[in-house]
Amino acid sequence: MNKNDSLVDQKRRAILGGMGGTAAAIVGLTIAPGVLLTQTAQAKPVDEAISSKTRWGILIDTNNCNDCNDCVTACEEENGWGSGSTDEQKSRPDQKAQWIRTVKVTDKQTGYAKTLPMMCQHCEHPPCVDVCPTGASFKRDDGIVLVDKHICIGCRYCMMACPYKARSFIHETLTDQRSYMPRGKGTVESCTMCVHKVDNGENPACVDACSSSMTFGDLNDPDSEISKELARHGGTQIRADLRLNPGVRYQGLNF
Amino acid sequence: MKKVYFSEIDGNSMGYLAVVAILGLITALGLGAFWYMEHNGHWVTGMNNEVVWGLPHVFAVFLIVAASGALNVASISSVFQKAAYKPLARLSGLLALALLAGGLAVLVLDLGHPDRLIVAMTYYNFKSIFAWNIYLYMGFFVVVIIYLWMMMERKMNGFTRAAGTAAFIWRLILTTGTGSIFGFIVARQLFDSAIYAPMFIIMSFSFGLAIFILVLMAIYGGTGRPLGDAILFRLKNLLGVFVAAVLMMVTIFYLTGLYATEHHDVVAFILNGNNIYTKLFWVVQVIMGSLAPLAILYNPITGTSRGWIAIAAILVILGGLAQLYVILIGGQAFPLVLFPGMEVSSSFADGVVAAYSPSLPEFLLGFSGIGIALIIVTLALKVLGFAPNSLADADVDPHYVAAK
Repeated sequence: MNKNDSLVDQKRRAILGGMGGTAAAIVGLTIAPGVLLTQTAQAKPVDEAISSKTRWGILIDTNNCNDCNDCVTACEEENGWGSGSTDEQKSRPDQKAQWIRTVKVTDKQTGYAKTLPMMCQHCEHPPCVDVCPTGASFKRDDGIVLVDKHICIGCRYCMMACPYKARSFIHETLTDQRSYMPRGKGTVESCTMCVHKVDNGENPACVDACSSSMTFGDLNDPDSEISKELARHGGTQIRADLRLNPGVRYQGLNF
Repeated sequence: MKKVYFSEIDGNSMGYLAVVAILGLITALGLGAFWYMEHNGHWVTGMNNEVVWGLPHVFAVFLIVAASGALNVASISSVFQKAAYKPLARLSGLLALALLAGGLAVLVLDLGHPDRLIVAMTYYNFKSIFAWNIYLYMGFFVVVIIYLWMMMERKMNGFTRAAGTAAFIWRLILTTGTGSIFGFIVARQLFDSAIYAPMFIIMSFSFGLAIFILVLMAIYGGTGRPLGDAILFRLKNLLGVFVAAVLMMVTIFYLTGLYATEHHDVVAFILNGNNIYTKLFWVVQVIMGSLAPLAILYNPITGTSRGWIAIAAILVILGGLAQLYVILIGGQAFPLVLFPGMEVSSSFADGVVAAYSPSLPEFLLGFSGIGIALIIVTLALKVLGFAPNSLADADVDPHYVAAK
């Protein structure tokens, strides 16, 4: 990554995260070499460029998902949409933003049903990024897919291209926003995997709200909890047939 | 063949001024609708997070597709050296430019951020078919303007064929690009098919020629300049061939869908659903927009009547708009397949057919694209000699033999 890219990334982080200070890894208490009492936070200093050595991902165990909607509420509150904001009063229900939603899947033949949270799947090969004419839809080196609100022209082609319907268009002027999560009329937005928290060594808000079913971590690190769990019990990609290699994986979908 | 003389139209009559006034009003209403939608945001439209492209896009894509088709008459003259079409080539080029301008205006004015047009011109993602299209559309203007210059400047006439060939190739690539906006979308069941590129090319032949025939009849009817049967009947026969070709493409597209079980749901949704798309497909696109024009154009009685030819051309245009409505809106209304074969439901309209009711501002904005295109043609005709003084059979048909 050249210097300019690095500066751009810093600017983006400043906009998206607004998080100053150091976020050096908080090393857990060590009782013996390699044995930790607490898990090591997977963060890096803010002045260090994002690297493709990391691939952030979320694993969702649908066996524990009980349709409580906690992940949705936490996201709304953290990122200032839906119930987390007084905005979008004029928009019809089908025009309001939804960064994360619970989807109920039923096998028509057997009646077997599951509930699961659905959001941006942070694909390795994101169709939204492919089709975006200006490059406003972009994927960070660490796999997080974002929209640069400064160069989004509101063409909505990414919404046509996303197989997960993860994106929303803002249909009216917004005023009640989080300082670290700017949103705006005429642009497209979606789950950012709480990039402002992740860059600061924290978990996404949905994961914090649902530690029983959701695990966040580095898919590239074989020693991370998410990688070990995937290695142990496997995971499902939604629309795996499209070969997009999403960063969000599911367990317990026995369709 | 006699020498063809071109001249500006007078443009002083009440009729001319009335046409300019009506087209100006249509354009002004469209700009007003744009201001209303832009000022408030898209919540005042029927569009939503499921149907993200609405009626303005139907008009915009129709006009862009028709633009490249309108150039065909010029291509037949310059590239394929058909002398009878040569007098029509300038008008063909003008109409192509005007239709593209109208379509692009609508497309841009429906953006969430039309104020960021400069961003669209300066930031490019070259993997995006949209980004390619920005180049293809801008290039089309340049290539066709150069082509018109070669045709209209006597000293440059020698380059007409070369410029015409370049424009012909460019327009084929352009329509390929427009069709691929849908062809390259893997997420939607009705899209994601290579047939969109050739189907859009054939559609452009048909829609563009239908508009060309109507504009030609309007200009020559309005100015009282002679328009012979020979050229008109050639054009209407050609229109019939194009209409049939579009119908063939549509048939192949849906037959392929009917064969593969994976596509049964979406094909049934369009062909046999209890929805507006099925009605538009069968009644407007197939019966009114394809079969009726074919019957009119090839029936010996109606096929030689100017009134009926005009009706056939209007039907082709209505059928074309219906076809794009079915593709664009129907393609978005059909639910995304998150879990193939499973039933899904959510608060975000998963698993259900998306609702879309176009609003008046959307219609006004979309329709203004036609107003913008036609006002450009109307004004340009007064400024430069695009239209031959006479298109009478004796003047343009190299094989014309006067009746004894």
